[in-house]
Amino acid sequence: MTALTRPHTRRPKNLGTVIGISLILLIWLLPTVGLLVTSFRPLSLINSTGWWTVFNVNNGPAAAQHPDPQASYGEKLAHRLTINNYVDALTGYRGTTNYLDDCGDGSKPLGMNCNLSDLMNPRGMGRAFVNSLIVTIPSTIMPIFVALFAAYAFAWLDFKGRYAIFAILVGLQVVPLQMTLVPILRMFAGMGLNGTFLGVWLFHTGFGLPYAIYLLRNSMSALPKDLFESAYLDGATHWQVFKQIVLPLTMPAIASLAIFQFLWVWNDLLVSLIFLGGNKPVMTYQISNMVTSMGAGWHLLTAAAFLSMMLPMIVFFALQKYFVRGMMAGAVKG
Amino acid sequence: MARSSATVMKQGKLAPWLYLLPAIIIMSIFIVYPMLNTINLSFLNKDSSASAATTCREGEACWGVFENYRYALTAELDLSNSKTAWQSFWISSYGNMLKWLVVMVAGTVGLGLVFAVLADRIRHEALAKAIIFMPMAISFVGAGVIWKFMYNYGTSQTQIGLLNAVITGLGLEPVSFLSKIPLNTFMLILVGIWMWTGFCMTILSSAIKSIPEEVIEAAHIDGASNFKTFTRIQVPIILPTIVVVITTMVINVLKLFDIVYVMTGGNFGTGVIASRMYTEMYTNAQYGRGTAIAVILIILIIPFIIMNIRRFAKQEAAR
Repeated sequence: MTALTRPHTRRPKNLGTVIGISLILLIWLLPTVGLLVTSFRPLSLINSTGWWTVFNVNNGPAAAQHPDPQASYGEKLAHRLTINNYVDALTGYRGTTNYLDDCGDGSKPLGMNCNLSDLMNPRGMGRAFVNSLIVTIPSTIMPIFVALFAAYAFAWLDFKGRYAIFAILVGLQVVPLQMTLVPILRMFAGMGLNGTFLGVWLFHTGFGLPYAIYLLRNSMSALPKDLFESAYLDGATHWQVFKQIVLPLTMPAIASLAIFQFLWVWNDLLVSLIFLGGNKPVMTYQISNMVTSMGAGWHLLTAAAFLSMMLPMIVFFALQKYFVRGMMAGAVKG
Repeated sequence: MARSSATVMKQGKLAPWLYLLPAIIIMSIFIVYPMLNTINLSFLNKDSSASAATTCREGEACWGVFENYRYALTAELDLSNSKTAWQSFWISSYGNMLKWLVVMVAGTVGLGLVFAVLADRIRHEALAKAIIFMPMAISFVGAGVIWKFMYNYGTSQTQIGLLNAVITGLGLEPVSFLSKIPLNTFMLILVGIWMWTGFCMTILSSAIKSIPEEVIEAAHIDGASNFKTFTRIQVPIILPTIVVVITTMVINVLKLFDIVYVMTGGNFGTGVIASRMYTEMYTNAQYGRGTAIAVILIILIIPFIIMNIRRFAKQEAAR
């Protein structure tokens, strides 16, 4: 019976349970909703009224009101929402009004060109988004590429010390990266790698490897033995088996791992803070800078935070199955 | 490995090492060598030019070559008498670590377990779980901004932070959540719980679902209530999984850095081990002290490394 999906009739429709869960879900969602709503409100309204009053179109300072008191509800609401926060965050605008107005009336904001090139302003989230991508993509591909070979060796090749080396690897998974920062920083300084993308790629490759090998090896060694026997009888070499049989069959595990590693690197602050810093700011660095320096108001902060969350959210909702699997594989199996 | 007989194909002696070499070289350079080097640096002075013993000052306590460890362990403490010692420990990075460990692990695992069981009983289970799990996709930095806004403390009449709006709405005084000791650390832990409960829930949920239907049905037929079925049957069966989740969470909490760094910068008595290490290394340029703190961190984690390897060995034997 357990092989079948549980029939819905078994689930008691207990009103208390439903209300309890709904309440928890509401609490879980509210903070993020608050951020999203706030990111579309002008600063004057953010600072004078709570975001939960967004549907009240008459509160707040007079300057924020719709000029025509007879305007419809929809017009008033639209008047009180704005995408300026996102434009300002993307371009790194730090003036007193907003980027679009300043450019519109011909007074070019400081350091801006009022064209698409402003998206690449080093202070802006647009540039940081690109930097985050430049950091993340190779940092995802490199460790998986290297790990695939090692995982195959651990799963299907025979050599001395196979067990011992793999046990060490299991241990290395939980070494805190703080433990290695100072020596690597010095090593990079000697090689001129501080503040370069290459340095961060290498660091993430090194630290991503133990988990990547572990996960891929578990997935590869679960493949049926017959597969290898028949391939061998057909005269295939290890290299052919690896390329034509193991790789395609390991794809789901690779996908899970790729998503996990992608998000881990994308969301990382510490490594980019130390090895890239303000040289090539990534999104997390840029936001933490805005928070700690307090130079930016809530309008910029919320918009910037949401920009940095967009990609992970899309990945999460589109590829939830792989995402969850990648995140849990280590804990469940390990 | 237990099933070395699984290797069915002929291979050269060298072949396995060709597959392994790139990974081993990279891990040696980026994990193994730096670890050993860090241990060495922790016995040297701030710019690693001489032994840590040379930093001792006359007339003050000194642990010789372990001087950085003396600093790392005792600098935050006021040992003049037992009362001040306790008070200073409670708000030191170690005391905070203890608060994090107890409250965050209990909170995430407890809530995760309760939610895994409750969600199992409703329709739209997948959606409910997705909502709880979603914060896992967000960076600590993003979560920091979200919750800083929730905790916002307005000195004027209007409160734009939801929590203080509720509190003032009830007629109470607004609270400065992030600067009030020791409340602030617990408010940071809440953010951690919000982020990690989904992780615990997902693992525990799959364990609960693997309990055979008959077992639960038998309990119900014998007249056990939902609650009794939960405490007497479901929890004992999934206990091994709960232990795995707890150890994973303990390791995560020990390494924790970003939440504290973004929300308070480790100020107002909210520092934890990792944030303190960052301050010593980058704000104070004290490499000896910073690496000593890192070594203390790995010593705390070593028991879990051993547990991980043991569990792995057991699994391999069972294959």
